[in-house]
Amino acid sequence: MKRLGRAEFDRLLNALTEVGYELIGPVMRDGAILYDSIAGVRDLPVGWTDAQEAGQYRIQRRDDQALFGYVVGPHSWKRFLFPPNQTVFSARRTDDGFVLETPPVDGVRRALIGVRACELEAIRIQDRVFLEGPYLDTAYQQRRAMLFVVAVNCGQAGGTCFCASMKTGPKAHGGYDLALTEVLDADEHYFTVDAGSPAGKEVLDRLDLPEASGAECDAAAAAVARAESQMGRSLDTDGLKPLLDRVLDGRHWEAVGQRCLSCANCTLVCPTCFCSTVEDITELDGGARRERRWDSCFDGEFSYVAGGSIRQSTASRYRQWLTHKLSSWHDQFGSSGCVGCGRCITWCPVGIDITQEAAALRVADAAEHDG
Amino acid sequence: MPDRPKLAVWKFASCDGCQLSLLDCEDQLLAVADAVEIAYFPEATRVMQPGPYDVSLVEGSITTAEDAERIQRVRSESRVLITLGACATAGGIQSLRNHAEIADYVRLVYARPEYIETLSTSTPITDHVKVDFELRGCPIDKGQLLEVLIAHLHRRRPNTPNHSVCQTCKRAGHVCVMVAHGTPCLGPVTHAGCGALCPGYNRGCYGCFGPADRAKPAALSTRLRELGMSDPELVRLYRSFNGQAEEFRVESEAREVQSGAQGN
Repeated sequence: MKRLGRAEFDRLLNALTEVGYELIGPVMRDGAILYDSIAGVRDLPVGWTDAQEAGQYRIQRRDDQALFGYVVGPHSWKRFLFPPNQTVFSARRTDDGFVLETPPVDGVRRALIGVRACELEAIRIQDRVFLEGPYLDTAYQQRRAMLFVVAVNCGQAGGTCFCASMKTGPKAHGGYDLALTEVLDADEHYFTVDAGSPAGKEVLDRLDLPEASGAECDAAAAAVARAESQMGRSLDTDGLKPLLDRVLDGRHWEAVGQRCLSCANCTLVCPTCFCSTVEDITELDGGARRERRWDSCFDGEFSYVAGGSIRQSTASRYRQWLTHKLSSWHDQFGSSGCVGCGRCITWCPVGIDITQEAAALRVADAAEHDG
Repeated sequence: MPDRPKLAVWKFASCDGCQLSLLDCEDQLLAVADAVEIAYFPEATRVMQPGPYDVSLVEGSITTAEDAERIQRVRSESRVLITLGACATAGGIQSLRNHAEIADYVRLVYARPEYIETLSTSTPITDHVKVDFELRGCPIDKGQLLEVLIAHLHRRRPNTPNHSVCQTCKRAGHVCVMVAHGTPCLGPVTHAGCGALCPGYNRGCYGCFGPADRAKPAALSTRLRELGMSDPELVRLYRSFNGQAEEFRVESEAREVQSGAQGN
């Protein structure tokens, strides 16, 4: 474990830039902490935090100058690996038919700065979807291969966080090139740094950092332990899959269906939701192209087959989403589809809470068995 | 193209903004004029060819007895009839009269009310004739208008998704003004198509494109009241450009009843 002083943080970012990476990290804009291009520490939301509750997010000043003193915001890294809009191909009319052209992937090598443990798990889940299934998403594969991941172990948890109960965080376990833990003592501000890949080790070697002392490693572990004890939410996954399979016809879905707006925010902020649809676009000049864009199971068109949409009611759409995340995802991909990041809770305009809904389904199921 | 479809553009009770969107197509306007024969479009050309027409674009709502007859003639002369904008698809802002005494409104606005002949309601085109496609918005989005025309020319379904504005916001990466700022926003119940214009500038959505698929304004109102909106404010929020669209009308009437019950 190495030690990186706060004053040297830009050395790390500069080293990555020198190796040829474009830096993407947290920035503050429009009253939220988002992911976008950064040039150095000055672009990070230094000294800011976020307060999150169901349907509510506010940025607030911290009483220190932490670089990563907040949790996750409305963006997730999927925006960079699985962009919301992509051109699949374009077609041009020629004298003897037409020519298809596939646009190349942008070729930008990106270093993601400040990836949290839940988000690493989300990337792993999307890897399984896009890379390890029967159909390979080559554009995702190319973007993924060019990635450098700087993880940050959380030193605090947010009001809608529940990674501890989903066993995905707050400490990163693999899947990163470098992992940092920020420590703010009364008079010291530093990071412990751990390499998780040969590429990460190479960068660390370039920086030539000192070893972190035992006390510093202990302080870092204490910061992560503090985050673990602060989780604003928890989700009881014990026996959840068979439970959800039992309650498919329960009345509870109608109740949540009454509150749900079917607006799709939960699915689009979710770092694991991977659905997309394609639109064929034709132009007046005879050109055409196929666009792929993020889709959502809350959209009526999503389940459209000849004759209409299979999931007409909002209740059926919510049930599809929740049972896929927490139950059928296990059958399909061998893990939960939920990493406990809490985005769907915070960014639901009416504050529907997946942990509360799962708990309510548990109560409804217990009542049925008792009765 | 040897057989260019004949296009007509009609105006009923409206502000002209939607038909101007066609002229506003700028770079693509000449291509459109090559692809279709603009046979009747008084706002753009003095040449007015008689029907029948392959495609009629209809702007505006029905507010006079004369227009109620005229739309029948337009329909009988048109193979495909497409309505443009909130007035034509939902009665427009002028449908505020549907909730009032028309004689009071006329007296309030006109110096010589006796000159005014009008119906007591403003109604969408679909209340009067069969409509083949409704393009939403106040005003419509010119990109969507081109999409509808091109889709028609290429005999495919137009890509004009009926999902919420939220989906557009999230794809664009906008911060949710409701969750992050507490700004009331109709985005979650409003039909996409505007490109999430207002939230992109940190404003709440005004619902210009009318209700989205499965719009549930009652559930949104619960949250908007928590954010501090009163029932009379909610009535005004839903009762604007698309106030007569079913889901918005029902919710505005429910909130009006509630306002009355509270005596404010």
